[in-house]
Amino acid sequence: MNPATPGPDRRLVVVGGGMVAHRLVEALLQRLDDRLAGAAGAPRDAPGWRVTVLAEEPRAPYDRVALTSYFSGRDPEELTLGDPGMWRRPGVRLHRGHRVTGLDRDARTVTTERGLVVGYDALVLATGSAPFVPPVAGSETRGCFVYRTVDDVAALRSHVDELRAGAHEPRDGRDGRPRRPEVTGVVVGGGLLGLEAAGALTAMGVRTHVVEFAPRLMPLQVDDGGGEALRRLVTGLGVRVHVGTAVSRVLGHRRGPRTGSVAAVALADGGRLDADVVVFAAGVRPRDELARAAGLPVGERGGVVVDETCRTEDPAVHAVGEVACLGGRTYGLVAPGYAMAEVVADRLLNGSATFPGADLSTKLKLLGVDVASFGDAFAAGEGALSVVYADPVAGVYKKLVLSDDARTLRGGILVGDASDYPSLRALLDRPLDGEAAAWLLPAAGESARGSTGALPDDAAVCSCNGVSAGEIRAAVRGEGGEPATDLPEVKARTRAGTSCGSCLPLVKKLMTAELEATGATVSRALCEHFDLSRAQLFDVVRVTGIRSFGELVARHGRGRGCDICKPVVASILASLGTGHVLDGEQAALQDTNDHVLANLQRDGSYSVVPRIPGGEITPAGLIAIGEIAREFDLYTKITGGQRIDLFGARIEQLPAIWSRLVAAGFESGHAYGKAVRTVKSCVGSTWCRFGVQDSVALAVALELRYRGLRAPHKIKLGVSGCARECAEARVKDVGVIATETGWNLYVGGNGGFSPRHAVLLAEDLDTATLVRTVDRFLGYYVRTADRLQRTAAWLEEIEGGLGHVRAVVLEDSLGICADLDAAMAAHVDGYTDEWRATLEDPEKLRRFASFANAPATADPDLVYVTERGQRRPATVDERRDGRASTASPPPSSDARDDAVLVTFPPAQGVSR
Amino acid sequence: MTATSSPTVPRADASWVTVCRFAALAPERGIAAIVGTRQAALFLLPGGDVHAVDNRDPFSGANVMARGITGTRGDRPTVTSPMYKQVFDLASGVCLDDPATTLAVFPVRLRDGWVELGPPTVPPPDRDDGPGHGHRRDDGPGDDPRGESRGPVDRGGGT
Repeated sequence: MNPATPGPDRRLVVVGGGMVAHRLVEALLQRLDDRLAGAAGAPRDAPGWRVTVLAEEPRAPYDRVALTSYFSGRDPEELTLGDPGMWRRPGVRLHRGHRVTGLDRDARTVTTERGLVVGYDALVLATGSAPFVPPVAGSETRGCFVYRTVDDVAALRSHVDELRAGAHEPRDGRDGRPRRPEVTGVVVGGGLLGLEAAGALTAMGVRTHVVEFAPRLMPLQVDDGGGEALRRLVTGLGVRVHVGTAVSRVLGHRRGPRTGSVAAVALADGGRLDADVVVFAAGVRPRDELARAAGLPVGERGGVVVDETCRTEDPAVHAVGEVACLGGRTYGLVAPGYAMAEVVADRLLNGSATFPGADLSTKLKLLGVDVASFGDAFAAGEGALSVVYADPVAGVYKKLVLSDDARTLRGGILVGDASDYPSLRALLDRPLDGEAAAWLLPAAGESARGSTGALPDDAAVCSCNGVSAGEIRAAVRGEGGEPATDLPEVKARTRAGTSCGSCLPLVKKLMTAELEATGATVSRALCEHFDLSRAQLFDVVRVTGIRSFGELVARHGRGRGCDICKPVVASILASLGTGHVLDGEQAALQDTNDHVLANLQRDGSYSVVPRIPGGEITPAGLIAIGEIAREFDLYTKITGGQRIDLFGARIEQLPAIWSRLVAAGFESGHAYGKAVRTVKSCVGSTWCRFGVQDSVALAVALELRYRGLRAPHKIKLGVSGCARECAEARVKDVGVIATETGWNLYVGGNGGFSPRHAVLLAEDLDTATLVRTVDRFLGYYVRTADRLQRTAAWLEEIEGGLGHVRAVVLEDSLGICADLDAAMAAHVDGYTDEWRATLEDPEKLRRFASFANAPATADPDLVYVTERGQRRPATVDERRDGRASTASPPPSSDARDDAVLVTFPPAQGVSR
Repeated sequence: MTATSSPTVPRADASWVTVCRFAALAPERGIAAIVGTRQAALFLLPGGDVHAVDNRDPFSGANVMARGITGTRGDRPTVTSPMYKQVFDLASGVCLDDPATTLAVFPVRLRDGWVELGPPTVPPPDRDDGPGHGHRRDDGPGDDPRGESRGPVDRGGGT
């Protein structure tokens, strides 16, 4: 083909639907969009392209690097890369489940296994690699797996589940927990992939062995010292490590119900390991069979030979990613693949890009162990000097490789603590700011390590996506758009940290530094009255025992507060269980919703939401709500949280309405508060044919447990009785989904402006453990989140993310669980219905006067029209045309005689 | 403007309207009062100052200013509209987030433990202009026959 010829759109066919294929299409479309938008530097005379991607896997391209996280909570769909809308754009087609089996270079067509024939003007081979299974006898035995795709991982997982459930043994009863036989796994290969697989097995509770032929773990990334540190750390986490040996044979069961399944492996050194499952993770081989069959040259150790423009011998055929053999070698990491994709995208539009060389930096975090390797890690360069710090007790090994004058950073190895990896990698081949030792010593302090200000604009920060420090700074400054002022925005704009995420701490530092430089407010200060963040203020209140806003602002702030800090303090006081939200001075701190325990609506009237735990309500309850709504002429609507919202209540009517609701057995639903709202549930196993657990009972119990809990933002929960997920629990802050044997707990979901799916926090919990875990999760969130930060944003922002929160609530890594448990117990014991308590207190009822000089008089400006059988606020036009009716007769403004404020029960009913 | 109703206790000056007892005010919290055909939002601040502004939120058109949270911005006493959270200077009525918009300010005085409001600083709003049309600020004391009585009240005696 001749890509220089302008004219009608040409046909690009991409064989393979992995990460690099995705990047290629994304990069090409981005360039085409830039051209349409007339962006500077965008190619103008190049052809347009229609793109067809033929993917062997049955799903859209996903983040294979994060595959292991599938075990620790993320759903396969959540691994999907980029905007799925890309595949629905005109001119872009993704065929899933189409393996390409034929390439006819003369006809310029490819043929898929299912018989689809697609013609191309340009072809890109992005077929990736296949797992390498060593020639070991018995490797086909049932129970042997590879570790490459979502399907591989899913198959491994379901096999382990099957073994654990004791599929051949009688099921335990519904109430008894099934026995969980111990499952043992052997991972063949102790490199990066092998340790990933070991991490996955361990996360499933499998007793895991790792067998590595080389004398140390991760032989390609770390040296002997690093390997030894790694072995100690991994062994300390319960993984048995066998180095310097190999699996020589897989042995199957010869009798019993598992005949033909894996029973053990034999080792080359004569040893034997009992095993129920074997995972081969000993490397990969390029999927170059298509190119071979089509007569294209391949490398000595496989891979389609390409030049530095990623073009094969055939000018119409390119190869990118793991299948490409460039400069005599293949690359098994995603960053070089992405670089190749960018090169081809550029070339397809008549650009002149060439492969810039590969960044082989690696960072792995599994089983909580950090391992990083970058640059000249083995000090192979001439005159290279190594500076090593090793602390076997703490399990830390760090090595920096420097140039012969000890000034320039050439590479390094970090094991046990890789927190400096993003900064160090960005400084690669640059003068090291200060003493090298300062980077190695633990807790030497941020100052010793140089600030991000020293990082040059062209330093690579995100190697997965090729994002430089300068690009991040530009995004923060708002060059070419609105300034990006938080981490999610910076990620979306630059793509930094969207693949492996290891650079996120550095991205955040850069963003913060740049925001400060541009004068934007980055301080966590709540408002002009407090320099403290909400979380800091929470601790101050908790530790000092200060219980009044006046004292708090006098001692830790300035001025007299505002609509930001006052409700925050009110919420903190409420979270710490300091009595009724309207007691004494606390009442004055509340936003109007909390102040009158109802939700302000656009015309100044309020809505009322009684609690309906779990969405379960008796016919008598429904009738009572209906009668009250009819009596007060309230507009009624069913909410998304499975309860009933009653609109159009005037402030002075609220006590009368609530006295009726309380008499009918209802209590406050806290719809007005930054508090636990509802626990949505499906009908569950009591009625549903498919339910496996009683989701309604659990939802009711959770709602009654957490009702009234004040938080930085609203909290919603959901409980589904089976995996069909009818309660939509995964768009809740806390979502619980029943399994055959217990409950899976998901956290951090929400609907709204930026919908998020909740992620798996823990699996197969019994009810008591579930409740305790939710207690702690909510308690930790309430303590540490920012104002108006929902759980999803909190999980993203908090140092260490989900892993940290999991460690805190499941392993008590901060030693605060006893405290969190006690706080929740105090909340549960101290709960009282706010509305009942308000009705019983004449002092609190004074707040519901409509006017100081006419306490029971309706606001004459509230006017309504009837629509679909109910009333709604009149529009401006309707008011002007007199089509609306007022809620009450004109008021009297005579003050002296009715200066006694509202009495209880006040006058009821509407006066229309 | 003047009040249309006459107070139950005769007043020397009929342009002042008695609205409630000082003791009925809650510190740092507002309450609405009917003043003729208008509504005022009264606020008792720490130290005993009482402010009164139009109860109608110019941004939403709803009578809700009395339900806002009080506070300070710098040294200025403020109230925040509970509807869309614009902040207003309680002393001048000026919206600090949109200075072109102003709330009418009622002069306040105390007599014998009663709170009285004088004629407000700007004319009554056009009720049909709907939300989003704030009142332009009318500078100068011209509307107030007793310019000296604008703003925070001197608590006087008898509270």
